[in-house]
Amino acid sequence: MPNIFSMGDGAVTIDLGNQLSESLNGKVLAMYQWLQQHPFEGLKDIITAYSSLTIIYDPYFLKTHYQPANTVFEWVQERIITAYHQSGPQVSGTPVKHRIPVHYGGENGADLASLAREKQLTPAEVISIHTGKLYRVYMIGFLPGFSYMAEVDERIALPRKEKPVPVTAGSVGIAGSQTGIYPFNSPGGWNIIGRTAVPMFNAQAQNPVLLKAGDEVEFYNANS
Amino acid sequence: MSLSIIKPGLLDTIQDMGRYGYSSWGINPGGVMDGYAARVANMLVGNDPGEAVMEIHFPGAHILFEQNALISITGADFTPTLNEDEPVSTWRPIVVRRNTLLHFPKWQSGSRCYLAVHGGFCVPRWLNSYSTNLKAGAGGFHGRKLDKGDELPFKENSIYFAGLLKETREYQPLNWRVDTGRTYHLPHEILFTIGNEWPQLTHSSQRDMLENNFTIHPFSDRMGYQLRGVPLKRQHTTELVSSGVSFGTIQLLPDGQLILLMADHQTTGGYPRIGHVISSQLPKLAQLRPSDSIQFSMVDMPTAEELLFSQEHELNIIQRACYDHLNQLVC
Repeated sequence: MPNIFSMGDGAVTIDLGNQLSESLNGKVLAMYQWLQQHPFEGLKDIITAYSSLTIIYDPYFLKTHYQPANTVFEWVQERIITAYHQSGPQVSGTPVKHRIPVHYGGENGADLASLAREKQLTPAEVISIHTGKLYRVYMIGFLPGFSYMAEVDERIALPRKEKPVPVTAGSVGIAGSQTGIYPFNSPGGWNIIGRTAVPMFNAQAQNPVLLKAGDEVEFYNANS
Repeated sequence: MSLSIIKPGLLDTIQDMGRYGYSSWGINPGGVMDGYAARVANMLVGNDPGEAVMEIHFPGAHILFEQNALISITGADFTPTLNEDEPVSTWRPIVVRRNTLLHFPKWQSGSRCYLAVHGGFCVPRWLNSYSTNLKAGAGGFHGRKLDKGDELPFKENSIYFAGLLKETREYQPLNWRVDTGRTYHLPHEILFTIGNEWPQLTHSSQRDMLENNFTIHPFSDRMGYQLRGVPLKRQHTTELVSSGVSFGTIQLLPDGQLILLMADHQTTGGYPRIGHVISSQLPKLAQLRPSDSIQFSMVDMPTAEELLFSQEHELNIIQRACYDHLNQLVC
């Protein structure tokens, strides 16, 4: 059985293994889908991450509504265990695929040259490796619509910077084996290799966030 | 029906009880820092507890009521003053006549106060909530803090309260107020339940956490409180992949210091979760200020839940009492 623990008196997390794994992430998203199809009253929100899922709930509502014999925490824990057992190994349906144009290098990608040097590659090789792969969106977090995608080829994987610096909206970065796109101007520690003009976030849209966990992303060089 | 901002404050925003249901898109709940004070502010003026309120930091805005209004001010005490020179008490309904000016000349206690108007503020909902998300620039009043010249219309009134004003008075505090007794009692003692990574702390660091005081650093804001205290150590430094966090989560930073996540926290994080401040303690935590100190005490889950249930029960009683009082007055 995976690790299930409380995050205070209003949240429960199920952790399937604390690692970046397509199958664990697939199970997380399957549980998310199952819970959306089988919600319980008093469930306020669900946070999906790499290998964990967190339920935010209203303890007082659950207490008065369902009158659990023990703590509300134990009651929600039971719902998570049910979701774990009832959900399949991954979400049904084919993933949504996005092709995203990126302007690499120069002022759009201030860290491309240094990343290339560090990895003993030419900037063109870094671009070709980055665009040569289909990435899975594992999770959205940090900022509205900020995508954590993986896995970057180890030839261009580079740890995040020691200190965050100002990053422009649309910037495409690399941190370890992850790649992602900043939806807003924000402080950030990822190595910025390019920028896309495709908006990641639009508050006015019915669906304000472009990328969702479980989607697939392919980058292509907008300059070529 | 509206009020207007004559002079902007440091950080005044429209908030409600938070935007839930969008965390998996990275959109955090946000909402008021002090959910107890905000809900009571609404109850005092006959609103649904989840109506939009104005969250005001010190120095607060100068606000002109352009129409008669039934208002309440709760939470922090910034000595709310009507028409330049007449202080009014907090946690009480007040009828104000058109052209009354509200300002907050002096800080007295707490960190955030809440202004509710009968009917509520007429702002559009974004993703089912009135809360201002400053990062996304959406929600609340045009997704930003309130500024000079902003006009906030009120929703329609259901209570005819202008009759409560005596002809000679420009405002009239009503004759009851809420006693917040237990909620803000022992402000520096903060109860928490242990987090998943608590066992990773060395035994001496676990003791240090419970026996020492931690000071709130000036860099603290609506996203989180940075604490300064004896550095805590983990027995081993296993890397964590990012996972969910919530309002009240106590995280351990790589330098051994703690950070307490508040209303505008990110949805996910990768730092160890040492503990979680329990819900019933969040209101008083929200009213602490930089340089205030915190003494952590550990409680178990049944205790955490009981404390919350009794606080919610108290809020139910307040809501019924407010409803009855208002009804008697207007009928």
